[in-house]
Parts: sequence; structure tokens; C-alpha cells
Amino acid sequence: MSYIPNLRIGLTRNTLLKNFIIGNVGNVGRKRIISFRYFANSIESSTSGAEIPAKKHAPTKEVSFTADKYTYLHRNHNFKELTQDDIRFFASILPASGLIIDNEDDLMPYNVDWMRKYRGKSRLVARPKTTKQVSQILKYCNENKLAVVPQGGNTGLVGGGVPVFDEIIINTNNLNQIRSFDPVAGTLTCDAGCILEVLDNYLAKRGYMMPLDLGAKGSCHIGGNVATNAGGLRLLRYGSLHGSVLGLEVVLPDGTILDNLSTLRKDNTGYDIKQLFIGSEGTLGIITGVSILTPSKPKAVNVAVLGVNSFQNVQNAFVTSKNKLSEILSAFEFWDSNSLKLLKAHNIQGTKFPLEDNYPFYVLVEISGSNKDHDDEKLQNFLEELLTNEIVKDGVVAQDDTQIATLWSLREGIPEACSKAGAVYKYDISIPLSVFYQMVEDIRNRLQSAGVLGEDKLVKDVIGYGHIGDGNLHLNITAKSYDPEITNLIEPYVYEWTEQHNGSISAEHGLGLMKANYLRYSKSPSMISIMKQIKQNIDPNGIMNPYKFLPAQ
Amino acid sequence: MSNLKILVGCKRVIDFAVKPRVNSAKKAVETANVKHSLNPFDEIAVEEALRLREKLGNNIVKEIIALTCGPPKAQEQLRTALAMGADKAVHVEVGKDDSEANILQPLSVAKLFRAIIEKEQPNLVILGKQAIDDDASQTGQMLAGLLNWPQATFASKVDINDDKLTVTREVDGGLETISCKLPAIVTTDLRLNEPRFATLPNIMKAKKKPLVKYTPDQLNVDITPRLEIISVTEPPVRKGGTKVESVEELISKLKQAGL
Repeated sequence: MSYIPNLRIGLTRNTLLKNFIIGNVGNVGRKRIISFRYFANSIESSTSGAEIPAKKHAPTKEVSFTADKYTYLHRNHNFKELTQDDIRFFASILPASGLIIDNEDDLMPYNVDWMRKYRGKSRLVARPKTTKQVSQILKYCNENKLAVVPQGGNTGLVGGGVPVFDEIIINTNNLNQIRSFDPVAGTLTCDAGCILEVLDNYLAKRGYMMPLDLGAKGSCHIGGNVATNAGGLRLLRYGSLHGSVLGLEVVLPDGTILDNLSTLRKDNTGYDIKQLFIGSEGTLGIITGVSILTPSKPKAVNVAVLGVNSFQNVQNAFVTSKNKLSEILSAFEFWDSNSLKLLKAHNIQGTKFPLEDNYPFYVLVEISGSNKDHDDEKLQNFLEELLTNEIVKDGVVAQDDTQIATLWSLREGIPEACSKAGAVYKYDISIPLSVFYQMVEDIRNRLQSAGVLGEDKLVKDVIGYGHIGDGNLHLNITAKSYDPEITNLIEPYVYEWTEQHNGSISAEHGLGLMKANYLRYSKSPSMISIMKQIKQNIDPNGIMNPYKFLPAQ
Repeated sequence: MSNLKILVGCKRVIDFAVKPRVNSAKKAVETANVKHSLNPFDEIAVEEALRLREKLGNNIVKEIIALTCGPPKAQEQLRTALAMGADKAVHVEVGKDDSEANILQPLSVAKLFRAIIEKEQPNLVILGKQAIDDDASQTGQMLAGLLNWPQATFASKVDINDDKLTVTREVDGGLETISCKLPAIVTTDLRLNEPRFATLPNIMKAKKKPLVKYTPDQLNVDITPRLEIISVTEPPVRKGGTKVESVEELISKLKQAGL
């Protein structure tokens, strides 16, 4: 009886066996799968949204400086360089533990993004503990024209949370108090630096949950989530942060504290200023407090994965799901057979794929509700309808929580598998469902006819997956290495294509440094002009997260 | 051997992903309003029966019967077994809900199984080596004793050749291979197989498969508990560690702790 030795550790048998099951089956699947739920989902989730718990970067390959890599970037000489006087000022406001100064090793995790794609040269990280300290710091920086970059969990995907040159990093790590929770209204008020998962666990004990969920939840800060308008896995059901955020506390560049921490659901008095800061990526001010509406935690959850023969039928299945599952539908995700091939090649999922035959498309449907019997019956009816109308050829339904985790790990393992394939070009695009998959096919054809797509060619594969329910496609192009030839073939083609089909070049990842200069593909000149006016008005010295978000010209 | 009829046990237990909590009376684990699923070891038992049929063919493995003893909701677990591929389900209904009062002790379960085995006449019984709720690991052995059948417990590999059963068992020192004649009892260990998912077409088919119901009275089995549970407690909570600032502090703390 192989579990007996474990008993000596002194746990109860029951707990033990559970550990044991996880531990052992884990080697062939389950444990890994369960943990993937928490870190693998990663890449597609969102900007400060995303990913990966560890912030420390292993000293593997040196990451080259952003400024050296992207030569079109030039330091704005209006910004002052850090002096001993400045350092003395920061030391007068923050304790030693709240400052990192000129220590290359200690600065590294703040200067480099987690994807190891961008690296700034900041000499100082300030980690304030109170809103007042944030205000004092910003006021000083503004007066002295010291550029700053606000940073949360540093889990972004577009280089928005790390400096480009020597901007001072203001990190929200120490702003981590939960201020209040109203168990009747379900409104939570907390500091911006609270980690999403910590908040979710806090709420779970009270029967509630956060309205958003991302692969990076173990690291990302709620302030960063709001600043980047992170999307993630619960958006289909609970909407975007523009709806669930009820109020914000923001420090403006001149040190003004905008206290708008309302917990009201309805408030039609004046311009809704908080909306301006949601998704502004730290270019207007620093969010220091958030009040957010939290939904009650569903008691019954189930998941089905379906094999589908055409993208038309993926759409049909989605329409049927809205119709038959309506209020209990909580996720509708898809991936193509190329994604699955990649997943299998890198053995991310660990176990055997649940469906025997191959299908061009796979769909994951999640339901969450309050009554298992009721929900299961709905799911049955839905699935029966799909089968009778031949929308779906085959599929599996989870019979327990472990199987739910296993099925999710298929979808969530895809970004992980991509990152193991070598270099990945990632595009995060919103487009109408009618042309959703056509984009993947067009890119494939383009690379094919350029003669660069194939097993031993420059580009290995083009895969598509994403949130059907939100009209959000993750187009990933896996390649041997980052190569200008590939980049020139893809960009700006992808952006032009998106523009022609009335899509958005950034569905949930944000603009950051990566897409700042491509904004014109999604927004008209007059829109961009208003954005610049707003920026000019709130941040006249341009110290807030410079070089990003808005195009230079 | 021409015919094989396999009976598998399918216990309804707290889902293994749920953290168990001791109830306020400290007599059992909280079961009301907690997610329940098929015992993972029983899932492995169902899978093994299906694999035997796939290997030996339909003309040898004539029927796979899933059996559960539990409340009306235990039928969910039978449906899972049917959706995986079992042909028929038998439900011995005990109690009305998942409450602690309705928990059966292994001897009662073994007696109920014996009664069903006498009716259905299977010649191979595959059970989970234990259920993850009480972890008793007794039912298979007791059933073998009651029927006077050979038993092969903690199986990690099962082979059948004519009426000879060969089983590789997981034991402390490694693996042990034994063989015996059918009819026999096999209990499954974790590494025997990895259960399949229930596919949509099979879930639909499962709805039409027969499900027979009995009560302990109809089977003339007395299920009165023979054992009394004095108390159930949670393991002590692990105390968090502390950080030390310097080597000197570390040494003084170690000395304090008498190390």
C-alpha cells in the first residue's frame, strides 16, 4: 500500500490521500494541470493583467536594453536626470525598505518585464505605503521634471510597466491593505497594490469573488488591472472593469489626490472621471485605491470541451449556448487544431487528450450557477441540441472538479506551449466573429506564399485561440527566432487587416510601448487628438509613463 | 473462458478537489452541500473493466455492471459510470441525502454487495482499493471473505487468460505478481490506469441504459453500524516560520530551541 509511508508525516489519512492522489497522478497529469490553472494561462490574459507568479528573473541570458533594441526611441531631454538631491528627497519621505537605489541586482526585477523583452535603465524604485507618500513623490517629480513609470505586479505583455530609459519606478507593492468590504452590496474597497488572488481568496471566504480572473492572478495588482483595463476569463459573464469598478482614488502628476472611492452603483453627477483612468496605463496618474463591485461566487461549475468541424459551427455553437445556457454561461473559449498540435508537441497538458478524433476546432464551454441539478439539466439540453443539429461531432463533459481543471488546462496551456516553441509573435485582436478565423487563415496564406512557413523554415506555425464570447482572437505566430524578415511580413499587415475589418489592435493587452505607434489603426485622428489634449491637460510636463500609449507624432 | 461478467463499485464521495471539513459534532466530515463525485479509485475500476472489454472483446466480456449503495443522488455517479461505458447500473438506496447519518460502514457495504452479486452472478468484481472519504480500505477484503473468493488488492496491472487472473500489486517494497482463478475480487491502485472522459454520445446513450433499484430491506441486509466513531479531528495547523536578520540571531534562536 504505497500511501502508508506518508502516514508517518502525521496528516489525517483523508488529507493525505488527497495529497497523494495529486502528487502521484500529478506525474502523469493531474498535479501539473491543477497548477497550470494558476500560471500557465499566462500570456493572453492582459497587461498588468497577466501572468507568472515569479517576479525574480533568473540570471540566464542578459536582456538587452529597450533603448538599444528600438532605435526609434530617444530620451526626452526635457526630463531631468536623477541627482543626489533627488535621492535625499525620496529618502526623507520613504523608509530605507521603501527605496531601491543604484543597486543593479535589486533593480533588475523592476527594470525588466517578465517576458524578458523590455529592459529599462532606472536607478530608483520607490515603494510608497500610503496615498500621501505617492502624492508627495509625484508632486516632487512633476516640479523637477523627473519622469516616472507606475508599476504593479509587472506582469504586462506590451512593455507598459517597465521604464524605457531612466524613469523612476513607482511600484505599488506596499500599497496592499484591504480597506473595507460590504457583505450586503458586495462592494470591496482596497489599495491598488493588493494582489488579485489575495483579494479573490479574501472574498471567497465571504461567498464572493473578483469579477475578473487571469493567469497572472498570483502576481498582478488590482491597480494594474484597472490601469490596463485587464480582461481575462470572467469578462463574458461579468463584463469589463469599466462596469465593475465603482470608484477610484487617483494621484495626479501635480500631487492632487482625486478621491472618488464611491461604492454607489448609480451616480449621474458630472463627467465620469474614473473611466478616464481605467485603461489609461499610468499615463494620467497613479491609481492608489479601487472600489469594485464583486459578484457572488457560483456554487456549481461545470465544463465541456467540444470538437467542431468548421468555424461556422463554432459560431453556431456560441449562438446556441447563449440561447440555451443564457445566464449560466460563464466562458466560451476556442482553439484550433494547430494549437492542439503545439500543446501535444510540448506535452503541456500531460495527459491524453480527451477526444479521440481530430477536429479543426475545439470549444470549451463553462457554466456556473447556483443549483447543480438545474445547471446540469440546462447543459444536457444544450449539448443534446448541438448533437442533434450536428453542430458538434464529439465532446466530453467533466464529471468532477479534477476533470474541470484538466479541461481548462488544455485552453490555458496553449500560451505556455507557444512560449516553449521558440520566439512567439503575439497579437491580441478584437474582430467581428464573422471574419474571426479568416484572419488566421489569411496570415497563414501570406506567410506560405512568402515561402517562410514550414517545419524547417523561419516561421513554424500560425495558431489561433481565444475568447469567442468576447470576440477576442489571440493570433500567435511561432518562429525559430525574432527576425526582421518575419516582422516585416506580419506588421503592419496584421494591423491593416484589423483596421479594414473594423477591429481593435489591442483587445485586452493594452498599448504600452509595443503598440503605441499603431494606435491609428484603431482610432481616428480626431480621437487621438482628443486623447493628446486630455494627456496634455492632466500631465502638462508629460512625466507620466512617457514614450508609451500615445503615438509620438 | 467464454464469459466474463464484471461488477464495479461506484461510491459517491466528496469531490477530491474539495477541502474536507470536520462537522460541528466532530463525529464526521461535513458532507451536506459539498460537491460530490465518483470515488477516484472506483473511476479507475470502471476504466479497467472497460479496458478489459476492449482487450478481450464483446464476446468474452458480456456485461459491465456498476453498483452503488447510497442516497438517491448516488445515481449521478452511476450515470457517470454508464457514460464512461458500463452497460447497466444497480442502485441500493440508503438514506435520503448526503448527511453523515447515512454513511455506511464497510461491512454493511460488503454485505449489500454480496446480495447483489448473488442476484447478478458476476465472475469478476473490481472495486477501488479505498474510498477517499473514510479511507477504510476494507470493503474489497471483507467481500472476498464473505463470498470466500480469492482477492487481489492494490492492483497496478490486471491480465486475464481463460479463467486465470494475473494481477500485479503495489506493495511497500515494490511490485508483487500473483495469480488466482475466477471468480475473484480485484481492488484498484492509483497507477492501474488513467480514466477516460465521458464523451457526449456516450452521455446521451447512458440515459437509456437500465438502472435497477433495491433497498437493503429487499436484500435482507442489516445495515446497522457495528462501530461507533468517537471523534474526528483535523490535523494540527502548521505554524508559520519567522525570518531572522542575522547569523547571530539564527544561532541564538537555534540554541533557544535546544538544537
